[in-house]
Amino acid sequence: MTRLLASNAIVVAAAVTALGAVFGPVAIRRGRREWLMYLYAAVYTNFVLVSLSTLALVYGLVSHDFSISYVAQVGSRATPTFYTIISLWGALEGSIVFWAWVLGMYAAAVVWFNRTREGNLVPYAATTLLAVALFFHILLLGPANPFQAVFPVPFDGPGPNPLLQNHILMAVHPPLLYLGYVGLTVPFAFAVGAMLSGEVADDAWIRLTRRWTITAWGFLTAAIIAGMWWSYEVLGWGGYWAWDPVENASFIPWLTCTAYLHSVMVQERRGMLKLWNLNLMVGTFVLTILGTFLTRSGIISSVHAFTQGTIGYFFLGFIAIVLLATLVLVAGNSDKLGSEGRLDAPLSRETAFLLNNLFFTVFMFTVLIGTLFPLVAEAVRGVKVSVGTPFFNRMSIPMMVTLLFLMGVGPALPWRKAAGPELQRRLLPGVVVGVVLAVAALIAGARNAYAVLAFLFAGFALGVNVEEFVRGTIARVKAHGEAWPTALSRLVSGNRRRYGGYVAHIGVVMVALGVTASVTFKAEQEATLKPGESLTVAGHTVRFKGAWGREEQQRQVIGATMEVMAGDRVTGIIEPRMNYYPTSSSPVPTPQVRSMLTGDLYLNLMAFRPDGSTITVKAIWEPLVPWIWMGGLVLCIGAIIGVLPQRQRLAEAQSASGAPSALAEGQP
Amino acid sequence: MNWKRASIAAAAAAPVIGLFAWGLTRDPNNIPSPLPGRQAPSFALAVFAPGQGGVARPIGDTVRLADLRGKVVVLNFWASWCLACRDEHAALSAVAATYEGQPVQFLGVLYNDVPDKGTAWIAEMGGQSYPSVNDPGSRVAIDYGLYGVPETFFLDADGRVAFKNTGPVSAGMVRLKVDSLIAAHAKSGGAK
Repeated sequence: MTRLLASNAIVVAAAVTALGAVFGPVAIRRGRREWLMYLYAAVYTNFVLVSLSTLALVYGLVSHDFSISYVAQVGSRATPTFYTIISLWGALEGSIVFWAWVLGMYAAAVVWFNRTREGNLVPYAATTLLAVALFFHILLLGPANPFQAVFPVPFDGPGPNPLLQNHILMAVHPPLLYLGYVGLTVPFAFAVGAMLSGEVADDAWIRLTRRWTITAWGFLTAAIIAGMWWSYEVLGWGGYWAWDPVENASFIPWLTCTAYLHSVMVQERRGMLKLWNLNLMVGTFVLTILGTFLTRSGIISSVHAFTQGTIGYFFLGFIAIVLLATLVLVAGNSDKLGSEGRLDAPLSRETAFLLNNLFFTVFMFTVLIGTLFPLVAEAVRGVKVSVGTPFFNRMSIPMMVTLLFLMGVGPALPWRKAAGPELQRRLLPGVVVGVVLAVAALIAGARNAYAVLAFLFAGFALGVNVEEFVRGTIARVKAHGEAWPTALSRLVSGNRRRYGGYVAHIGVVMVALGVTASVTFKAEQEATLKPGESLTVAGHTVRFKGAWGREEQQRQVIGATMEVMAGDRVTGIIEPRMNYYPTSSSPVPTPQVRSMLTGDLYLNLMAFRPDGSTITVKAIWEPLVPWIWMGGLVLCIGAIIGVLPQRQRLAEAQSASGAPSALAEGQP
Repeated sequence: MNWKRASIAAAAAAPVIGLFAWGLTRDPNNIPSPLPGRQAPSFALAVFAPGQGGVARPIGDTVRLADLRGKVVVLNFWASWCLACRDEHAALSAVAATYEGQPVQFLGVLYNDVPDKGTAWIAEMGGQSYPSVNDPGSRVAIDYGLYGVPETFFLDADGRVAFKNTGPVSAGMVRLKVDSLIAAHAKSGGAK
């Protein structure tokens, strides 16, 4: 029953999206605006149907309806309900259902908010969204069908992949990733809409999707950080990034999207980079689909690989269509996209944005080429190669360091042309903070030139970006006599996008500090201990108290109780464990971390004697790693600030028409 | 629309799509073994499952590769926790039984497992016609560059690796390989 409901909802949704995608352009070409309500109705109907199907699948999972193939594949009566619900995205088919649902939600929302807009941009964008949705419905009806009948109905199933039910972050990371990935379809659809409707030289598609893009970017950023955190907390090697193809697949579109967020400002301000921005946004979407293709088709070897099947060919077909259609559209429209302005001076914010885009793009190509290289090498030379961390680190570290530097310079530079003394005053705090951090790193024993530069530029960027808040707040306090907190909050709400951006920069600095410190000063120690014996890493001592075992609902757990020592005093307990799941032959190591502001003490149980007489444990001191997660949070706060509605549209309009800016800023 | 630029751009997409299409026909995890054509790494492992009939070896007996010179050796790495091993087991066991009395030695090597579980698994699967040895510490598996289980190595009578199969084998394939290796050995005058 549940199965039929879920399955038929997708069939009808496929029909509705197909009809809508064909009907939309017909209505637009004929100039029948009154027909557009049917196009938009198709978007809403699709959302309702996909929601129904998703809910039915979740209900099937929770009610252990093993007559549904997906439930039989990932469900188990022993799995706690919470992990049963999140196994919706634990395997290929469910994740495509979830994808279709998120896409349906975005499409319905963006069309709803823009339904009254004149012109053909929104109808064409709605058509594009329906066409993309149709592709995912086809996947659900074909190679990724989660609703196949299972007969005879099994009494129980194997349960989700143990790694996916071992940590709470599995409930967070995938949905964030889909919200980010799928959200990027919205600006893409509007870019296509702009090209099809002839409104491409106008900024409308950028302005209408500004918040959607920042929202998607914020989710993608949060997803990447959450993924790093998950890998750190679960996999037991004490790292958070391995340049695995699946990690790269999420990072590559993030790079182009971040570049886009910066370069659109040049277009809005100066009417430049129109073709470039169009390329960045279309490219970002193509890269999300490419990333999904790489990770779902099994074309590239990865630790994350989903089960494979014919789905790769469907994705290939979709990529071919998207790539051809967008390349033809962009190239065909390219001569309408001339620049209105030109660079006035080499030292200006425009130049900083150009360099920023240059480095982000080169970075993107580096990661993309590194990821695809095994495939290319096999095609061209017939050899099997693997591209590992050393390549990515060597190539990307100089670019990251440069981007940190630019992140410090950019905010200090005014549009058009910078004046010397003013610039010096703005850069000074950054230089001071940077030099202090670099010297501190040298004293702490950093000898790698890039590490020292990273500290220098991270400090520099921190100083400059914080100075922006300080200077603006002081100006308000002086001009209006406001209290400090009021002045700061009004400063930010007066130009949310700008200050949201600076908050995000501060988040990036925190991530950069965490990454650089943990790579430079990480220390690890492995030892085999008897009860009462201890182990010291980077000045932190842990003592082995005893090993224990217990049964939990869906697993058996072996753990070691480790006491954190300060002299002879016990200041805390860390309990690294190994979790044994019935469906898996090998245990899932479950490290435990004790976080402090200065870093993490990371313990992983490597091995144990069954009688508990000895254990082998690895202890890692991970300096500043908590800053990465906090930095991720700050980045998201920055995105949220950027998305919240501007407090005074009116004031903006006044200031644009020449009213004194002090008045504009003074609006409540 | 500028159709000239558009068609140039479309042409640029072709090689990318072509590359991916070609890539889909490949298995990225299929890494060719350097072993075929080379002397097989030697081993001396203890039998934990005796096998049946004339080829049976007592439990605890040590099987040395060097002692098998002159015989075609089929080395099958398996484990009780391996699902694909279940798929190939019946075929492999049945084919091995048909070669009794010929210069062929089938040998199971237990990988990353404990003999008790291996014995229980064999009983569950309805027996194994040839003996299986245990590989403590996976030393031999490492020598043979094992990527996973099941993997099957076909060694010629001179102790060289002739062929390696990743994943479950089929009865027909095993027969084909073993027959050709026996024939090659007979031709070279080895089987007197």
